[in-house]
Amino acid sequence: MTDRTFEVNRVDPEADRAELRFSGELNFRDTSRLWRDVRELLERPARSVRFDLSAVEGLDGGSTALLLKLQSELSERGTQAEIVGAQGRVRAMLDLYRAHPARLAPPHPEDAGFFDRVGRLTLEWLEDLRAMMAFIGDVLAYAISALRAPRSVHWRDLGDLMVRAGVDGLPIIILINFLVGLVVGFQAAVQLEQVGADILIADLVVLSVVRELAPLMTAIVVAGRSGAAYAAELGTMKVSEEIDALETLRLDAYRFLVLPRLIALVVMVPMLTLVADVVGALGGLVVAVFAMDLTVAAYLNEAHFALVDLGSGHHVAGGLVKSVFFGAAIALIACQRGLATQGGAAGVGRATTSAVVTTLFVLILVDAGFTILGHVFDF
Amino acid sequence: MIDVENLALGFGETVILENLNFSVQRGEVFVILGGSGSGKTTLLKCLVGLLQPLRGSVRIEGATRPGLNGEPPSYGVLFQSGALFSSLSVLDNVRLPLEKWTDLDDAATDAIARSKLRLVGLEGFEAYLPAELSGGMKKRAGIARALALESPLLFLDEPSAGLDPVTAVELDELILTLNSSLGMTMVIVTHELESIFKITRSCIMLDREAKGIIAQGDPRELREHASDQRVLHFFNRTSPGA
Repeated sequence: MTDRTFEVNRVDPEADRAELRFSGELNFRDTSRLWRDVRELLERPARSVRFDLSAVEGLDGGSTALLLKLQSELSERGTQAEIVGAQGRVRAMLDLYRAHPARLAPPHPEDAGFFDRVGRLTLEWLEDLRAMMAFIGDVLAYAISALRAPRSVHWRDLGDLMVRAGVDGLPIIILINFLVGLVVGFQAAVQLEQVGADILIADLVVLSVVRELAPLMTAIVVAGRSGAAYAAELGTMKVSEEIDALETLRLDAYRFLVLPRLIALVVMVPMLTLVADVVGALGGLVVAVFAMDLTVAAYLNEAHFALVDLGSGHHVAGGLVKSVFFGAAIALIACQRGLATQGGAAGVGRATTSAVVTTLFVLILVDAGFTILGHVFDF
Repeated sequence: MIDVENLALGFGETVILENLNFSVQRGEVFVILGGSGSGKTTLLKCLVGLLQPLRGSVRIEGATRPGLNGEPPSYGVLFQSGALFSSLSVLDNVRLPLEKWTDLDDAATDAIARSKLRLVGLEGFEAYLPAELSGGMKKRAGIARALALESPLLFLDEPSAGLDPVTAVELDELILTLNSSLGMTMVIVTHELESIFKITRSCIMLDREAKGIIAQGDPRELREHASDQRVLHFFNRTSPGA
């Protein structure tokens, strides 16, 4: 070790008594070597150990911390350990690091094991549910009061929010739903060709898309784009005290932030769904024309028959009604998670993740509810 | 230890500060002060390498201004809010630079990080997350992290801003202890007059309109004998219109 700035040697003046003699500069960059060397020298047990620092010319904080840690470890093992011979700045450094007795910190909650975690998570989940229900109740109350006093809502952001959620999301909505229509079309084509019912591809694709796939895929994309953005935006506002500032200005977050976002998605998700219906059906049309040799007119006639003559338009309306609920769910969950954010940047990340995951779960739940109700009440 | 020559700072074509010339001596507590918007924090960001100057040079220990290019930092920085990583515990915040820049084993890293927290009076708070700490405690933890690599130079941005008087005094005392016991050089941005008179005998004062230094020296002398009215108003807490 040519660049070593210190030496440490063990001398045993008596049996069971060890003395570690340090010399040179004990500095931070050599600390790892110091730590290793001293530990090796201490492998041979002794009843008492002295760290002799009389030949030490310099000592920095890191080395001091390690010497004191070693002394403490030896004492805990029942070995009498003392640091001697420190002079001048070396002594001052030791005194500085010794001079801070432990303060009484409030106990930090520790995990008490598996059942404790399960119990806590259950309570957290229940509290979460209660908070969400309370939030929805508050939003409804504010929405009703806003009907009586529309000027109390912060309408100025609404246009921008609708553009961000709707217009900006159009390309990805169009692409995804076209591909979904295409995939469903190909899957249907394989089966229908076997039974010679090629024309039914229009019924299958259009009904699947309009009733289920377009509303759901559109909602999933909006949850990933706008829902995540709302949760992150409101979460950041919460941790940077902007929400508190709003409250002190008597501009409550519900009217100022939540209602505009709720209205934006309740309006834009059905509109995007309508676009998704069309492009999803077009995906099926491409398969019908290019893979099954059907004419465009035949596909459109059959689609019209399925949607209008058989369904009396209920299929389209059902999908759009569902998408209104999807839009509301995305906005409410994202805003609730954002406004409940705690704990800085990591908290914003947690809130955003939670908003997206919860929204996806709720979307499937709402979709299943609509499907079951539709089956029971035949709509 | 730090030499600043003909430094000009700004954003794009907007010049905020120009013709800055000053030196900071080793072991000195050096204060950069001035009113809001005078460019104190901008200057600090340049000194620590976060902002490129428009012109001029900063030399630390004779070397040109350090960049942020993968070398171990030769100085510690305390940001105004503490800037602790919110996903890490207080202990892990202090351990982070040690893990990144040293080959210490886990036990040694832990021992050093804990000693730094003890030094700043945060023993017992190792497992806490930054969100669970008060403003003063966050700043103390930030100082512990800045001390982790034993850098002889520490930059502090508004260390006592937003703190109650008792906590602010405690932080001032910690700064003085670190300076006197560890011989650290400190460059502090502040406009807290009580702190300034307590912790330093060497300062520069920046002014927004002058876009530069309008006073330099011992703040006690500047308070009594400065010829510039802006300096007298600042140190004596008087309004120019009064």
